[in-house]
Amino acid sequence: MEIDARPPVPEPLPPVSEPAQPIHDDGAHAAKDLPLTDKAVLQAPHVLKAEQLSLFYGEKQALFDINLAVRKNTVMALIGPSGCGKSTLLRSFNRMNDLIGNVRIEGRVLLGDEDLYDPGVDVIALRKRMGMVFQKSNPFPKSIYENVAYGLRIQGVRDRAVLDEAVERSLIGSGLWEEVKDRLHESGLGLSGGQQQRLCIARALAVKPEVILMDEPCSALDPLATSRIEELIFELKRDYTIVIVTHNMQQAARVSDFTAFFWMGKLIEVGLTEKLFTNPRERMTEDYISGRFG
Amino acid sequence: MIWTSGAVLALSLLMIGGLVGYIAVKGLAFFWPHPIVEWTTPEGKALGMITNREAATTSEPARIQIHQGNRDLFGQDFRWINDPGPSAAMAMPQDAVLVERLEYGPFIGRVQSLRRNGQEITSQGSVMDQVKAQLPQAHALRLKIHDIEKNEVGALNTKLEDLRLKRRALDIKQESHADVAASRFAEIDAKTAALQHRYDALQAHLEALRQQAGSLTVVLAAADGQTKELPLASIVRLVPSNSLGIFGKCRIYVSRLWEFIADDPRESNTEGGIFPAIFGTVMMVLLMSVMVVPLGVLAALFLREYAKQGWVIRVLRVAVNNLAGVPSIVFGVFGLGFFVYAVGGTLDQLFFSDRLPTPTYGTGGIVWASLTLALLTVPVVIVATEEALAAVPRSQREASLALGATKWQTIWNVVLPGATPGILTGLILAMARGAGEVAPLMLTGVVKLAPSMPLDGSFPFLHLDRKFMHLGFHIYDVGFQSPNSEAAKPMVFMTALLLLLIVLVMNLFALRLRSRLRARMGGSTF
Repeated sequence: MEIDARPPVPEPLPPVSEPAQPIHDDGAHAAKDLPLTDKAVLQAPHVLKAEQLSLFYGEKQALFDINLAVRKNTVMALIGPSGCGKSTLLRSFNRMNDLIGNVRIEGRVLLGDEDLYDPGVDVIALRKRMGMVFQKSNPFPKSIYENVAYGLRIQGVRDRAVLDEAVERSLIGSGLWEEVKDRLHESGLGLSGGQQQRLCIARALAVKPEVILMDEPCSALDPLATSRIEELIFELKRDYTIVIVTHNMQQAARVSDFTAFFWMGKLIEVGLTEKLFTNPRERMTEDYISGRFG
Repeated sequence: MIWTSGAVLALSLLMIGGLVGYIAVKGLAFFWPHPIVEWTTPEGKALGMITNREAATTSEPARIQIHQGNRDLFGQDFRWINDPGPSAAMAMPQDAVLVERLEYGPFIGRVQSLRRNGQEITSQGSVMDQVKAQLPQAHALRLKIHDIEKNEVGALNTKLEDLRLKRRALDIKQESHADVAASRFAEIDAKTAALQHRYDALQAHLEALRQQAGSLTVVLAAADGQTKELPLASIVRLVPSNSLGIFGKCRIYVSRLWEFIADDPRESNTEGGIFPAIFGTVMMVLLMSVMVVPLGVLAALFLREYAKQGWVIRVLRVAVNNLAGVPSIVFGVFGLGFFVYAVGGTLDQLFFSDRLPTPTYGTGGIVWASLTLALLTVPVVIVATEEALAAVPRSQREASLALGATKWQTIWNVVLPGATPGILTGLILAMARGAGEVAPLMLTGVVKLAPSMPLDGSFPFLHLDRKFMHLGFHIYDVGFQSPNSEAAKPMVFMTALLLLLIVLVMNLFALRLRSRLRARMGGSTF
């Protein structure tokens, strides 16, 4: 199954200086400077780490030496203009880029202590530890129940009680339970756009992943549905670690604890969201978040 | 432009409608009881149904073709006579009757008397009424004889044949186990004798029944006064067209139509029904579908999902598409050479060697015909499936893979269900093509008259090695190979109509299935 490469569209170069060497998230802030940040996130251990990660589509380099660490039970937002490589980075976290022929990776991605790109890694097992929610809601043309149970079914779970429990837990987790509990066996495609996206989240939750990757989960939704998803992300943070790609700066500011800004395949700046949005270290970040380019 | 395109569309529709309409009118009118006319010609009295007219030319007067029947007396069913003109005395005698019988085509004339053992039966009512009253009983007797001949005698014959084969197998092995074989021989011989005894008893019983059936006879008189004595049991139907009301005619019509659809053919396929051909066609198409879908879907899966897209695959695709354009007779030759002779011959050598030199699978049969047609139609299924696979959204594949599904799990659970409507489209096209194909079948298993159906009550019920009848071939056979082509003409139209109808029904069924699947996929439950 060949999946088309989506080579990043290069942005016109804005007249700015090269960024300083990007660093891991900077937790070294005095707590008193950050009235909006939950103090716990500053002490949380790293779960997912990219180290010197470079990615090439054939000859073309899409990611340059990315160093990024995501802390447990936090939300990391990846922002940047279209084609800056943030989705590519997200997809290299669960090796979805493997599906595209002609992709080469240098550097390491660590989940816990395990290198995801180690030759011995079982990609299938790895993907079970990483839930993914896509830009456009993509429920299967099956019933709501079967959509949520899919991940368990392919793992060979047959026990009805286990499936029932997982479906209910996941739908409650995605805030959809009350709306669909009476029509679990009707088609998932009959739901509204926002509900479909929450169904996809429930589907990802059913396999109890460690990290949830969200690729612009709200870009196709209306404001009301978007705010539902944002609330949901806030709740999910308690149990899961979330990496979210978004085009919406307000959304990044609202839902995330940390934000990483990308430009042309490079990580320009990463830091506490509160800090990055109010007092960015890089000039370019400031230009982008204030809407001067991108 | 809009007018041109509209006109062309209208023309196409008109042609299709005209084709179907022509066939339908020609075919369906056949069963209606036509009036029997009588008039005096220079050669004597003529009695029959007018089937055709020819206008006068400079050298020849106008002529009428009449269906005079009575082939056994007159030598031919149809005759051209000079048109006596509208002024001539043309009568429609109330007592004229068309007698449909088992042999020699219809008899047109009058019923003279009813005889039992050569003695005329006399009673109050008219002879016609008496004959009508006795007819159902005679029919029942005929059916009973037919039933015994076909089922009981047939079953006995099968058992006897089995024993003969066992004996032969023993014969071949005898050298090594002479003492064991001797006792087995005795056992088989005893069984054979017992069966033979039952067979003889059955034959005697049949003979008695036949005697009984033959004892009641009808004397019929033709237009010129010749008479013919027929056993009542050999009469299928009495049609006194001129004295029938509209209701009576309708009853005849329905009864004839039903006979056509549900009965076996008679008189080298020019009369009776075509049920075996309908059954054979449907069965063959179903078998073909069962074979072509896995074949086509697997091939398409490889081409689309697994193979690395490159020039090799492109060449393969072109080859597959070209395969669809190969003339069907070529597939027939391949089917005969490869399936029938090579595969079938080998199967016979391996598993049915005791029956040789009589071939079992090494001769045409429904399984080889279906396989040949499956091969013929597989490109259609491959192309349709490939398109359907390509149309399954990438996002759904990714969703499945991201949940940790393997490639095969994704194909099985997401891609194939999503592609099912498209696969069914391919199957519909394949079925439409397969059902109408005749040429390859003629080489791989179709026959003019099959003695038994490919599916029946005797073990193992589905007989894939049997030859079968097919509507398409039936049209060819009845229309062009028949000894009595004039009489068979309406049968050709009717058979063609039925073939169209069957293709239509099978397509509608598949369409319905597809739309139901689409509805399930599309979430139109809300």
